[in-house]
Amino acid sequence: MAEPSVWSDYILPLLLIIGYIAAIVVPILLVVAVVVYGERKIWAAMQFRKGPNVVGPFGLFQVVADGLKLLMKETIIPTGANRVLFIIAPMIMFTLGIVGWAVIPFDAHLVLADINVGILYLFAVSSLGVYGIIIAGWASNSKYGFLGALRSAAQMVSYEVSIGFVLVTVLLAAGSLNLREIVEAQKGLWFFIPLAPMFIIYFISALAETNRTPFDLPEAEGELVAGYQVEYSAMAWLLFMLGEYANIVLLSGLCVVLFLGGWLPPFHVEPFIWIPGVVWFIAKTAFIIFLFTWVRATLPRYRYDQLMRLGWKVFLPASLAWVVITAGAMHLFGWMP
Amino acid sequence: MIIETIVFYVLAVVTVASGVMVIASRNPVQSVLFLILAFFNSAGLFVLMGAEFLAMILVIVYVGAVAVLFLFVVMMLDINFSELRAGFLQYLPLGAIVGVILLAELILVFATGSIDIHVPEVVTVAMPPAAEVSNTKALGNILYTRYAYLFQGAGFILLVAMVGAIVLTHRRRVEVRRQKIAEQVARDPKAAVVLKDIKSGEEGTWKSD
Repeated sequence: MAEPSVWSDYILPLLLIIGYIAAIVVPILLVVAVVVYGERKIWAAMQFRKGPNVVGPFGLFQVVADGLKLLMKETIIPTGANRVLFIIAPMIMFTLGIVGWAVIPFDAHLVLADINVGILYLFAVSSLGVYGIIIAGWASNSKYGFLGALRSAAQMVSYEVSIGFVLVTVLLAAGSLNLREIVEAQKGLWFFIPLAPMFIIYFISALAETNRTPFDLPEAEGELVAGYQVEYSAMAWLLFMLGEYANIVLLSGLCVVLFLGGWLPPFHVEPFIWIPGVVWFIAKTAFIIFLFTWVRATLPRYRYDQLMRLGWKVFLPASLAWVVITAGAMHLFGWMP
Repeated sequence: MIIETIVFYVLAVVTVASGVMVIASRNPVQSVLFLILAFFNSAGLFVLMGAEFLAMILVIVYVGAVAVLFLFVVMMLDINFSELRAGFLQYLPLGAIVGVILLAELILVFATGSIDIHVPEVVTVAMPPAAEVSNTKALGNILYTRYAYLFQGAGFILLVAMVGAIVLTHRRRVEVRRQKIAEQVARDPKAAVVLKDIKSGEEGTWKSD
């Protein structure tokens, strides 16, 4: 038994963990920048425009320029606002977009926290997302902000329910709450084939959860100006944007883990297994993010009652029924893992 | 171990402090936010005890859903703060009595060891090492075997409460035009759209024939 030393027992692991965290967060922020740029280029292509093309080659540095501009600007806090909460709200939003990555497995052994309840952890993180918005809306002391926050709270709580049932089906099929084991359970068949309806419900609910078109009612610019973001400027607004995009990337990554086989190649044959798992993971995530972008370029906004109807009267019964069907089929045919 | 002890004390102190702030803060919205902080730190305490499933459920159910609704209601209400605080001393004795009774009951329950969670008999059947069986599985094994009926019963009570709340608050207003999607989809374009060929310079007749 070696002598316990402060250095090897506490400080070294701590530094290692900080290093790991940095190794995840920095690439995530870069990915967010790439996503913002790529999104603008994709919309431009879909609408026969050129998109950002002035700053740097192909406009690649547009994101950097925008980020710098927002950093330099003055942060304005409205007089009637609750100062502390006003500042905390974007921080919550940004942090929640980042912390979820702790449990996402990028490859078979490339995961920061390989915990037993990974899927519940992600569900918890995504259910907290509503606080950033509702606190922002309330703290800015503005009609538009508050209306946006209320809408968003109702919307996110509604769609959380169907996401919950989707997760239940996936963990029934995988027999584990651990994300790495869920991916490994898809070795034979990716879950989006047997659980196709849940894949679709998950994708649409993820759109609603991240407040993206066609469910971007919380920031509907036609009626609410920008909803909960209306009083925010400069750095605080930048944090909101970063948080929103980090959340989109996170839910896309989760979608890949749950339904598209995570780091697994599509076929276990020669040319595919040469490519490392991380590349597969990134490629699949990029595809889901492209779908997000495509939807935003294509669809108009839902009306509020339609949104609620879809969440409670269509998705909830459908996902509940699919949970029962999956559980029943697995019990009947003895597919229990 | 030292780190765990430090983390425990930090979490415990923040939990108790935010519990105090829930009743001490002037603004009800801040009260709810402190309540959320208390929930969150309790979840941290659960994780320290190795009950990660309970911790996640606490965050998902209480922080993610129940507290959102609290916040929702409190933000919408127009509360007069000074009026609210005027009754504080008046209700203090009653609250203190309730608190003392609860504390006494808890002490009685723990001191007499009458908590019978039946863990030994269920687990000793084939005692798996603690590291191998996750506590999600352990909880499921007890909830769906020994306590299956109580568990289902609790579920039904919640369902009845939910249906009751919906029945009490739901009213169908006649003056509201509702969207009937099936009707819209079932419409026949031939019956709904009329093509008119209007020559330029002529006045069109807009009567459908």
